[in-house]
Amino acid sequence: MRVKLQHLAHARSGDKGDTSNIMVIAYAPEFYPLLKQQLTAERFKAFYAGTVKGRVDRYAVDGIGALNFVAQGALGGGVSRSLCLDNYGKALSAAVLGFEIEVPDALKGKLRGMGQARGSTT
Amino acid sequence: MSGKVIRIGSGAAWWGDRVEPAILNADKGDLDYLCFETMAEATVSAAQVRARRDPSFPGYDTYLDDRIKGVLPGCLKRGTKIITNQGWINPNAAAERIVHWLRHFGAKGVKVAAVNGALITERVLELTDRILENGEPTRTLAPNLISAEAYLGAEPIVDALKAGAQIVVTGRVADPSLFLAPMMYEFGWDAMDHMHLGPGTGIGHLMECGAQVTGGYFSDPGFKDVPEPWNLAFPIAEVSPDGGCILSKVAGTGGAINLMTVKEQCLYEVHDPANYITPDVVVDFTTIRLEDLGGDRVRVSNISGKPRTPTLKVSIGCTEGFIGEDMFFYAGPGALRRAQLAKKILEERFKIVKLKADDLRIDFLGVNAIHGEMSPKNGPEPYEVAVRVAARTKTREEAIKVGREVDGMAVSGVAHTGKRVPHQDRFREIIGVWSALVPREKVHPSINYFES
Repeated sequence: MRVKLQHLAHARSGDKGDTSNIMVIAYAPEFYPLLKQQLTAERFKAFYAGTVKGRVDRYAVDGIGALNFVAQGALGGGVSRSLCLDNYGKALSAAVLGFEIEVPDALKGKLRGMGQARGSTT
Repeated sequence: MSGKVIRIGSGAAWWGDRVEPAILNADKGDLDYLCFETMAEATVSAAQVRARRDPSFPGYDTYLDDRIKGVLPGCLKRGTKIITNQGWINPNAAAERIVHWLRHFGAKGVKVAAVNGALITERVLELTDRILENGEPTRTLAPNLISAEAYLGAEPIVDALKAGAQIVVTGRVADPSLFLAPMMYEFGWDAMDHMHLGPGTGIGHLMECGAQVTGGYFSDPGFKDVPEPWNLAFPIAEVSPDGGCILSKVAGTGGAINLMTVKEQCLYEVHDPANYITPDVVVDFTTIRLEDLGGDRVRVSNISGKPRTPTLKVSIGCTEGFIGEDMFFYAGPGALRRAQLAKKILEERFKIVKLKADDLRIDFLGVNAIHGEMSPKNGPEPYEVAVRVAARTKTREEAIKVGREVDGMAVSGVAHTGKRVPHQDRFREIIGVWSALVPREKVHPSINYFES
């Protein structure tokens, strides 16, 4: 089944200059390999196309089941220059929650918040 | 864990942070140290601009009175030492003001240290070579330079503590260094001891954003819920001499400390997790171990450190023009349709009034104003839409045109246009922030002492 990433992982974004780092953290250890395999830096950049203008690097922290995406050119030139209402890009991390992940049916019972959001599965 | 444990609490994560959780930590946190982080990247430059225009601005945290007045009774009673970067561009004046409050509360003979030396505005162009962000020579910034400050490390704070200071107030210091300093002082860690400074700085990193590790910037209903998110506490680190800690908070508060909140804060504003560069040490977070002890307590251990770099980061603030911005509103059936016509009208109007903008955005709040171009193109029709207009310009006159043209939409625009009452010119000045590196031996921190 394909589900939105929000059922497998949580996310947070931070800012430094014109770079946003967006981390994706697995809710359960079983989900981490799926994230690592399917949410590559290339796919992340394609997903944020037009909003992230520079390169994207991905760092994995296996010990805590986390992927850290460092996206350059994501903050309109930097917090003070940005014309975006969300100058710091604090809301940018929410977008990746909509990235679709293929999940084996056996893990269905471990997905989080499946009753919460409309249109969670496709 | 063995040996003595020191209790370090957070008092602020940024300038605008709440004061009441700091008072709670002072009164009920049983703290050895209370640390305040009150500066953002552009804080110093904004303070310099304000000081030029307003001679009565003393140059330190504008909420210093609220914070210090609030926490001093609890800190004096418990003997809690305070470390704070509320000095901004004038640590000496901040220290004098703190002495004023100490006397107000009848505390005599309390030593307050002011750490200076971060400001290197006059020397920055000779001390630095390239702008980190774009590789250009730093001298290209000369015409618009407002302020340059090096990020100091924990060492001058440790020196002040060794000299008997109960309260240390600094200008620009790297955020985690504010928390590392008391660990170095209490445990006798040497400035070159990266095996301890790594974990200590890692703990400082987890603490520096206050409530972001106790359930703030975290709640997502149905997915990540925390109790009483209106009643968050600031964190407390119970640090052991080996560089491990237990993160906790005052009992009876809302929020949560669990593996999720700590993991999120662990990577917050981090790029390469194996190489988090600070003035004191290079931190490696990839080895971190976390253990949920229950009851909003998480044990943090095994963060690693590598030797510090030979340079300090310098933040350089420059005037870079202006941003004009305003918004107006549509609702009901066809709201988006009317917003789209309004956008077209504004685009034509900006041609007619010859708006000279380096960048222009006309967004529909409710559709694409936050996530920009990646927003879904075929999303559901919103019931309400705000049209939000922003332009970056070189001059004030051009920036003011944005608000003036939105004014025109009141009687010359589209049906059912909702507008705010105009407030002045709706523009702001941009202080752009650039970074460079300076050899650390070229920066000379100094300490002044005051006594109540």
